Amino acid sequence: MAALTEEQTLIRDQAEAWVRDEFPVTKFRAMRDSKAAGAIMGDAWQGMVEMGWTGILVPEAHGGSDLGYLTFGLVLEALGKNLTASPLLASALVGASALRLAGSEAQQAAVLPGVVDGSIILTLAVDEGARHNPAQIACAAKAEGDGFVLTGEKRFVLEGMSASHFIIPARTAGAPGEEAGLTLFLVAADADGLSRTGLSLVDSRGYADLTLDNVAVGADAVLGKVDGAFPVLDAILDRARAGLSAEMLGTAGQAFTMLVDYLKTREQFGRVIGSFQALGHRAAQMFTDQQLARSCAEAALASIDNDAPASTVAEMASLAKARVGDHLHLVSRELIQMHGGIGMTDEYDAGFYLKRARALEATYGNQAFHRERYASLLGY
Amino acid sequence: MSTATSAAGDAFRESVRSWVEANFPQELKDQPASMEGAGDGDLAQALERWRDALAGQGWGAPTWPKAYGGAGLTPAEARVISQEIGRAGGYNPIPLMAGMGVTMVGPTLLEYGTDEQKEKHLPGIASGKIRWCLGLSEPNAGSDLAGLATKAEDKDDHFALNGQKIWTSGADISQWCGALVRTEPQAPKRDGLSFVLLPMDQPGVETRPIKLISGASPFCETYFNDARAEKSDLLGPLNKGWSVVKRLLQHERASQTSARGPGAGGKSESLQAIAKRYAGETADGKLEDADLRARLTRHLMDAEAHRLTAERITAEAKGNAEVSAAASIMKNSATSVSQTRSELMIELMGYRGLGWEGEAFRPQELDTVREWLWGKAISIYGGSAEVQNNIISKNILGLPETTQKG
Repeated sequence: MAALTEEQTLIRDQAEAWVRDEFPVTKFRAMRDSKAAGAIMGDAWQGMVEMGWTGILVPEAHGGSDLGYLTFGLVLEALGKNLTASPLLASALVGASALRLAGSEAQQAAVLPGVVDGSIILTLAVDEGARHNPAQIACAAKAEGDGFVLTGEKRFVLEGMSASHFIIPARTAGAPGEEAGLTLFLVAADADGLSRTGLSLVDSRGYADLTLDNVAVGADAVLGKVDGAFPVLDAILDRARAGLSAEMLGTAGQAFTMLVDYLKTREQFGRVIGSFQALGHRAAQMFTDQQLARSCAEAALASIDNDAPASTVAEMASLAKARVGDHLHLVSRELIQMHGGIGMTDEYDAGFYLKRARALEATYGNQAFHRERYASLLGY
Repeated sequence: MSTATSAAGDAFRESVRSWVEANFPQELKDQPASMEGAGDGDLAQALERWRDALAGQGWGAPTWPKAYGGAGLTPAEARVISQEIGRAGGYNPIPLMAGMGVTMVGPTLLEYGTDEQKEKHLPGIASGKIRWCLGLSEPNAGSDLAGLATKAEDKDDHFALNGQKIWTSGADISQWCGALVRTEPQAPKRDGLSFVLLPMDQPGVETRPIKLISGASPFCETYFNDARAEKSDLLGPLNKGWSVVKRLLQHERASQTSARGPGAGGKSESLQAIAKRYAGETADGKLEDADLRARLTRHLMDAEAHRLTAERITAEAKGNAEVSAAASIMKNSATSVSQTRSELMIELMGYRGLGWEGEAFRPQELDTVREWLWGKAISIYGGSAEVQNNIISKNILGLPETTQKG
């Protein structure tokens, strides 16, 4: 854990207490069983709003506390422990970052107060295929009159069913595969021509496919520069990746705690199985890996707070997403293996962690995507 | 990025930088650090000048009290000093010249030593003039260190040591030795041990260098035949040597947590640049060998994660130099990063990474090969990777004792 300020310690402790008291995994299980995927709304969402979490990245002028990414990461890590999949990341981190990085003062004033009070839920609709690849965006935006008309598809949009507004990167010029020619649009979920379909994924988090069929928007829907959005999209995604790494750290941390607890209590051959070196050493290596992964996630969040150059933030975000992804992957597999048969049962929580792990790994680029990106950023 | 950026910190760095610029002998620039310390001739003289200049600042052991030859600085400030020396293309020779003195014996003396012992031993270490070795492992006591057999008999005014130590680094060139010996043969194995300090230049001590696969002989067999250790040089209480040595080994791990690259000290070319030079690149600047490129990326990420973790531990300790169980984590991580780097280096150089000697190979290539071979030691000494994993699972995770007994 980074050296925290008093305020950060307070926020982390509150978040951990809230997750423990208000959102035990039994609640996630009930939601999964009711098939209300992604429906962490109502009281729980209101609770998050009241805790002030939706305003952590919003300037004080727009009703937020502007405490920064490392602080936001503390909350996300706490939520990740109990698989609390809410729109907090998609809206208050990714969406708020998009508005701050690309939005005009007027756009920020119009949207951010709603993000803080929970009435507006933003999400970034970036992927168009099953694998993350922002440069391949094909969704088209044609200039028409004073505004634009959007046509295309967005797939696997995180919190796509609960969002009130989408941030949509679309192509105003160039061809798929080119970084130039992208523009960011802010589009209301109830816009004419926009339809969405909820998806049922293994991790029971809310995802949706979007279809844009001649969706007309005004010039004021453009966030930032026409044709030149790729750098800012990358910057938004890097914040998303760093934030998600913190959530993944929480999920992996809880999985590891469950695993170690089991090693201390399960008896076979007349002794607790944690006394077997074959298991103890794997646990020791996982713990070592956890410490390394934590450093990467915290460094990525801190690099954003410290206004590091975009290339540094990009390196750190890819390092964090890949390294924490590898760690979560390992722990989620070992969680099942070390539990043996009980870990395979739906009644036990281990499976939830395995399923969520893979979904988190895939979101905003998996380990392979980020290793490739890291190598390119380092010039080889 | 730095978590400790402050005006005061910047000013300190500035002052260190200008001091290094004024005092670092340019002929030492980019000279590789070696286990043996000084070589011969002009370079050796320059190295001595550099050593004495650093010692004058108390920078041989910057975190030690000024009274004992240190500079009373924080770990973060000490880090700045080594960064700035590295930036100038140099390294601090004192920790190498003092053998196990700066990294292990000194910190343990600070904790367990009497005032008299500190005054007697610490300044010699901090100045880099007295080299220390450690008599710990024995032929039949490696990972199971507490099973050692070397005896120290009470002879009223001194102890008489008899037995054999092995893997004593630099024993043949050291002036002093810290040895773990059995003072109470009847007690259970960890309870009858004491830690004594003794001079190496005496009739009862004999050393024989052991030649390793790298061709070098950094380790010795050390024989004690009625070797003499003064009573005043018993460190810590009698028969409590196991506690002393546990701390000593924590300090050892803490000192082995920096992941060194080949030619540490003056390395200027990145691993990816070396890889491109030897293994070739595509028209768009990617490494030609896609498999090597993928493994290189995993390694570079591990190395960066390790560096960030070292930084994080320093920041979290907030200037508190306390070593902890985290040292086991960092030792294993450093070991893995260093060894993987060496394996990648010799792989990407092809046959050029397999030269033993001769002018067919560049000096850096030969150094890389020797460092690769020598580096096999780092996951074995100071508690093997497996022993560290035992420590992590037991002391950090709280898992029950494994098959270890005694």
